[in-house]
Amino acid sequence: MSFLLRLALRSAWNRRGTLGLVLASIALSTALLWTLEGLRRDLRSSFSQAVSGTDLVVGARSGSVQLMLYTVFRVGGATNGISMDSVRAVSAHRAVAWTVPIALGDSYRGFPVLGTTTGYFQHFAYGDRQPLALASGRAFSGQLDGLYEAVLGAEVAQQLGHRLGNRITLSHGVGATPGLEHADKAFTVTGILQRTGTPVDRTVHVSLQALQAIHLDWVGGAPMPGVRISAQDARKFDLEPRQVTAALVGLKSRAAVFTVQRFVSEYRDEPLMGVLPGVALDELWDALGLGERALQLVCALVALVSLAGLVATVLAGLNERRRELAVLRAMGAGPRDVLWLLVLEGAVVTSTGAVVGLLAALGAQALAGPVLQARFGILLQMGLPAATQWGVLGAVLLAGMLASLLPAWRAYRLSLADGLSPRL
Amino acid sequence: MPDTVDLLHIHDLRFAWPGSSGDVLALADLRLSPGRSYFLHGPSGCGKSTLLGLMAGVLLPRQGRVELQGQDWAALPAGRRDRRRADLVGVIFQQFNLLSYLSCLDNVLLPCRLSRVRAQRCNGSIQDEAHRLLQRMDLPAALWGRRADALSIGQQQRVAAARALIGRPPLVIADEPTSALDEPLRDAFMSLLMAECREGGSTLVFVSHDARLAQHFDERLSLRDMQAGQVLQETVA
Repeated sequence: MSFLLRLALRSAWNRRGTLGLVLASIALSTALLWTLEGLRRDLRSSFSQAVSGTDLVVGARSGSVQLMLYTVFRVGGATNGISMDSVRAVSAHRAVAWTVPIALGDSYRGFPVLGTTTGYFQHFAYGDRQPLALASGRAFSGQLDGLYEAVLGAEVAQQLGHRLGNRITLSHGVGATPGLEHADKAFTVTGILQRTGTPVDRTVHVSLQALQAIHLDWVGGAPMPGVRISAQDARKFDLEPRQVTAALVGLKSRAAVFTVQRFVSEYRDEPLMGVLPGVALDELWDALGLGERALQLVCALVALVSLAGLVATVLAGLNERRRELAVLRAMGAGPRDVLWLLVLEGAVVTSTGAVVGLLAALGAQALAGPVLQARFGILLQMGLPAATQWGVLGAVLLAGMLASLLPAWRAYRLSLADGLSPRL
Repeated sequence: MPDTVDLLHIHDLRFAWPGSSGDVLALADLRLSPGRSYFLHGPSGCGKSTLLGLMAGVLLPRQGRVELQGQDWAALPAGRRDRRRADLVGVIFQQFNLLSYLSCLDNVLLPCRLSRVRAQRCNGSIQDEAHRLLQRMDLPAALWGRRADALSIGQQQRVAAARALIGRPPLVIADEPTSALDEPLRDAFMSLLMAECREGGSTLVFVSHDARLAQHFDERLSLRDMQAGQVLQETVA
C-alpha cells in the first residue's frame, strides 16, 4: 500500500500543473469565504460599535430604534426633545458618572450638525472603547469667547476640503433641500477629528450655546421679521439651552444600568426613556439584515462555484488518466485501490488548498486591515477567527472530499468496465 | 481429466458487458498448456481484448469458469484476484504501456514491487533481473534512467515487454503490442519476446489481426471459429 501511495504522489506530481490550478482555485475560494465570513462578522460588530462606553441614551419616549437612528446615526429627527432639567436630574443620580447632552436639527451642506458640550470629546467612544481623537486643531472651547467654533468629522473635512481656520455657515433644518442659512453667524473650524468609521465622521460639532445663539432671532423655523441680533450681541443673552434632543449617559458601574434605566422611565416631570445602545443597535442591525443575508448568499454561491470547478477539473483529468489506471490494474492494483488513490489525491489537494487559502486570507487581512479601518471604518478583529469561520473552513474540506468522491467513483466504475484496455 | 495439466482452462464461458443484452463472448472449451505460445486472431470487435481481460481475471464471466493453474478467478474475492494477477500474469498493451512519470527501470520493476512472488522468482536481485531484461530487449543502459515518455514507441514497447516478463510469470498476455511498430522493429520485437518467453517458461497469448505474425507461434486460435462452438487448434509445423 505504501508503494501505491508513493506512486500516487509521483503521479500527482506529474500532473502538478492541472492539480496546481485546482489547488489554487480551492485556495482562492477558501480565502474568499473565510474573509467574507469574517467581514460579515466584523461589519456587524463595527455597526454595533458605532457607540461604546455609553451605557444609556436618554431621550423623549418613542421607539428605541428610532432614538438610536437619530442620536447615533443622525438619520431622521426627534419628534420631541427633553428638557435640560431632566438631563440634570439624571446626572444627579448617584450611579451616573457623566452625561453629555446633544442637540440636533441643523445641517451644514447636508452633514448633520450636533450641538453638545466639551464633555462629548472626553466621554464619547466608539469601536473597542476608542476615544475620539483630533487629527488637527482643538475642540471648541465651550466658552463665550469661542462661541462660534466648530469641530469637523473626518469625512466632512475631506469631502468639503476644509482646513483649520475655514469659516462655515450652518443651515437651518436637515434634509436634501437646504433651509435658510444662519449667514450672519459664521463658525470657525478649530478642530478636525480623526477618522472613526462611525457617523461621527459625517458630523459637524458645535457647542449647545452656539446653537442657542444662532436661533436667538429665529422663530418657527424662520428669522424673526425686523429683529436682528448680531453675532457679537448674541453673547449678551442667556445662551443656556432649555431643551436638547437627547443625552448620552455614562455610569460608574455597568451593574447599575437597569436601576438607572428604571429611574429614567419612571421620571415624573417628563416622559423619558433610556436605551441600552448595544441592544438597540443589534435590533437595528437585525432590521437592516438584508445586506447581511445577501453577503451570506454570495458566500454560499462562491463555495458552490469553486467546488463545481474542482469536480469538473478532476473529472476532465480522469480521461487522460484512464490508461494509467488500466496499467495499474494490469499490474495487480484493484478497483478499490483506484478509488482510494483518487479520494486520497482529492483529500490532499483540498486540504492543501484550504491551508494555503487560509494563510492567504490571514496575510491579506494583516495587510488590508489598517486600510479597511481608515477608509471604510470596518474594524477587522485580527487573530480572532469566529466560530462560523472555522465552520466555513470545515465545510470547504468536507465538500472537497465529497466532491473528489464523484471522480473517484467514476474511476472505480471505469476501471471495472474497462478491463485491461481502456475503451477510449 | 485433471485440470492441473493445463495452465489455463476456459469452460462454458459466456460474457456480456454490463448493461448490454447480448453476449460478446461464448466459448465452450479452451485449454492452454504451460510454456507454449498462442496466436489469437480474429476480426476486430470479435472480443479478443475482452477474452484477455477474462484470462487476466480483470473481467469476470457471466457464466462458466476461467481457471488459471486450476483456480477459478470468479471463486476468489476481489482483493485476492488482484494479488493473484500481480503474481501470475504479465501484460503488454497495444501502446501507452508505461507510467510516463516513472523511469524505464522503475516501470520494469513495477510488478516486483506489487508482487512478492514475482520478486522472488527473479534470478538475483530484482535490479539485476531488470537490467538483464532491458539488455536483452536491446535497450542501451543510457536510457534506463530516463522518463518513460522520453522514449520512442518501439523502445517503450520493449520496456513494456521487459516489464511483462520480469519474475517469469506463468502467463504473459499481449494485446496487439506490435501494431504501432514498423516492420523491421516488429520482427525484432517478436523474436525478442518469443525467446524470453521460452527461456522463462511463460505461456504467451498474443492477440493480433496481422496474420503474418502467426508463423512465430506454436499454435493458432481463431476466436471466430471458437465462438462457433468448435475449438480449432492448428498446430504449426
